[in-house]
Amino acid sequence: MISIDKVSKNFGALTALDQVSLELNAGKSYALIGPNGSGKTTLIKGILGLVLPTSGNIYFDGKSIFRDWKYREKIGYMPQIGRYPENMRIGQLIDMMKNIRQDKPKIDEELIDAFKLYKIYDKRIHALSGGTRQKVSASLAFMFHAPVLILDEPTAGLDPVSVELLKEKIIHEKRMGKLLIITSHILSDLDEIATEMVYMFEGKIQYNNSIEALKSETNETKLNKAIATLIRQRELLASITD
Amino acid sequence: MNRIIKYVFYDILRTRFIIFYTFFLLICTFAFFQLDSDFGKVVLSLMNVVLMAVPLVSVVFTTIHFFNSYEFIELMLAQPINRRSIFLSEYLAVASSLCLAYVVGVGFPFLLYGAWQPISTLLITGVFLTLVFVSLAFFSSVLTRDKAKAIGIALLFWFYFSLIYDGILLWVVYTFGDYPLEKLTLTLISFNPVDLARIIMLLQLDISALMGYTGAFYKNFFGSNLGIIFSVSLLMLWVLWPLLFAMRIFSRKDL
Repeated sequence: MISIDKVSKNFGALTALDQVSLELNAGKSYALIGPNGSGKTTLIKGILGLVLPTSGNIYFDGKSIFRDWKYREKIGYMPQIGRYPENMRIGQLIDMMKNIRQDKPKIDEELIDAFKLYKIYDKRIHALSGGTRQKVSASLAFMFHAPVLILDEPTAGLDPVSVELLKEKIIHEKRMGKLLIITSHILSDLDEIATEMVYMFEGKIQYNNSIEALKSETNETKLNKAIATLIRQRELLASITD
Repeated sequence: MNRIIKYVFYDILRTRFIIFYTFFLLICTFAFFQLDSDFGKVVLSLMNVVLMAVPLVSVVFTTIHFFNSYEFIELMLAQPINRRSIFLSEYLAVASSLCLAYVVGVGFPFLLYGAWQPISTLLITGVFLTLVFVSLAFFSSVLTRDKAKAIGIALLFWFYFSLIYDGILLWVVYTFGDYPLEKLTLTLISFNPVDLARIIMLLQLDISALMGYTGAFYKNFFGSNLGIIFSVSLLMLWVLWPLLFAMRIFSRKDL
């Protein structure tokens, strides 16, 4: 559904993405992990068209996304830090988003109900806590039945009850055959919601396979242990070849 | 796009900055009315305030607003909307709220004192100045990712057009005073929106007689229909070029 073809991105002397090629297919849920500054957010921003690649191309449904914007109606995006106009009310924000995607008459308000956001529709954004902002961002991302969902640190800052609600929703969407791209540092959360793993390091994709395969390769049952083992193995290999 | 403009506009109107700005203009205008009963003199005093304050407020507010709504712009860009329409919505929302504050702040007291005639030029040129400097501020905002740098560039525009340019102009006039400079100064003025606004306003006030032969020449030129079309289209050009350049950069910018 999304194919990334040898994408590189330089910010001055810094190389954020280095010849990244990746195929993302519908019905799968990708966990995008890697240390801070490994290029995860740049990759996501590339898919969203927020960052233009220095070289290479990104295709959505076979069409290049360069200078296109229509394709984004098929993407629901939950940013890492949801910041909205401070004086706007939640109700107005939701109303505005609906208005932007007028062609989607069917609105998914499950998360708004689950998080009880309708109770605080009159609250202004500046009066919201970080967690409530996350809830608003999540509700907006899921609202339009988008076939592709990109979630950047979705569970960070949420209380345990809301984390469970959000995870349930993500699993539900996954079952409906959507393509999910999730970044998170909380690996135990990813264990439940992701099926594939993409491990990035210094702007390159180091590992790309299903989580099942990773677990059997490393003889671990938990994702966090499996990844730790993988990294250790790689380091060992690197030290030998050096 | 209309809905975005509407909401950003409402959001801006609720910021304290715009409210203070409106009150500042209101108080200034009322104060000048208290000091003098001659409408012409009130307009003249106001003009000096407007020529300094309006560009300054426009550039500072616009750059701060742009960087404060950076994440919001990012979120909008993740939606199925064209970058150009997001940019234009932001521009129109900021420009219209500043223009509204200006028109209310300066226009309301005049309406109260029943002096609609002398104020119209002041209002129109003030609105144009706001539009020009909002454009310039957007231009400096898209040039860099650093808020402080952007405000610096924007202030430099203000500093240049309000002070430095006039210094250069005076130097030219003083040094080449022996030559006929009317056409040259006219050309030089076209390169500065603040001077352009000042001349347009001064010529409406019938004090151009004090400016000697040059004043008469300007009166002759700017007083004619051609002159009005010329000056308005120049101001339009000053609104458009930074805006178009900024839009071009914005549509290719990494966020």
